[in-house]
Amino acid sequence: MPSSWLFALLGGALIGAAGSLLFLTHGRIAGISGVLGSLLPPVARDRDWRLAFIGGLLAAGLVGGLVSPSLVGASVRSLPVVIIAGLLVGFGTRLGSGCTSGHGVCGLSRLSIRSLVAVATFMTTGALAASIAGGAL
Amino acid sequence: MKPVNCGRRCTVMSIVLAAASGALFGAGLLISGMTQPAKVVGFLDVTRSWDPSLAFVIGGAIAVYAVLSRLAKRRSDPWLDVKFHLPTRNDIDVSLIVGSALFGIGWGLGGLCPGPGLVAAASGSIPALAFVGSMIVGMLVQHRTARAR
Repeated sequence: MPSSWLFALLGGALIGAAGSLLFLTHGRIAGISGVLGSLLPPVARDRDWRLAFIGGLLAAGLVGGLVSPSLVGASVRSLPVVIIAGLLVGFGTRLGSGCTSGHGVCGLSRLSIRSLVAVATFMTTGALAASIAGGAL
Repeated sequence: MKPVNCGRRCTVMSIVLAAASGALFGAGLLISGMTQPAKVVGFLDVTRSWDPSLAFVIGGAIAVYAVLSRLAKRRSDPWLDVKFHLPTRNDIDVSLIVGSALFGIGWGLGGLCPGPGLVAAASGSIPALAFVGSMIVGMLVQHRTARAR
């Protein structure tokens, strides 16, 4: 088994453990787009744990970037394409009520039908977009 | 937050544990390879040299979360709140499908989804900072249009 598969499995297990911790302590779904989106207007009333969670996520990125910069890869697209991608991700995750973490990890674990449909949809359009864009953009 | 017997100590605990969960989540994303757009695009682009390793990320995460969250759910309520906040909807509507479709296109184009985007931005990556900025704009636009309806 190639080592990247082991890292993927280990990283995934950590993500699952982190989500479980938030669920056990706060009773909340660790869906990043939802946690972040509810910090934007109209702001949810339960702001503190959301800020703390996003703060922890950012701290991991800051430390990770310092300790092992290769963990964060270079962009594969030009800046305008990255910006369009960001707009689509932001708008789409809020309209579709979740992203890879909320629908993909938490929703599928709960056997949610909405999450199953969401994951099937974004995996399909993601594969199409990546395949069509290829090395062209 | 729990209203009973839960004052300032509970608030501190809530913040510390949420931050710990976020940090652990971020560490998992970094180790897994999800913060490397080339790897993500290599996983999604099945037409070229397909790299299936990222399937193990969601597999590992679901395996752990499915077990531990079910154990947690055996409690009547979470440690620091009066109830578990679980989505209750099970209807498949147009918003769910269109939103997920648009998200997928953005993910496939840029190779970043929201969590890895935030982590990569915090590491100082300029493209990731641009991605997070435009992602927040996209979220704000969606909130606006949802309220206008």
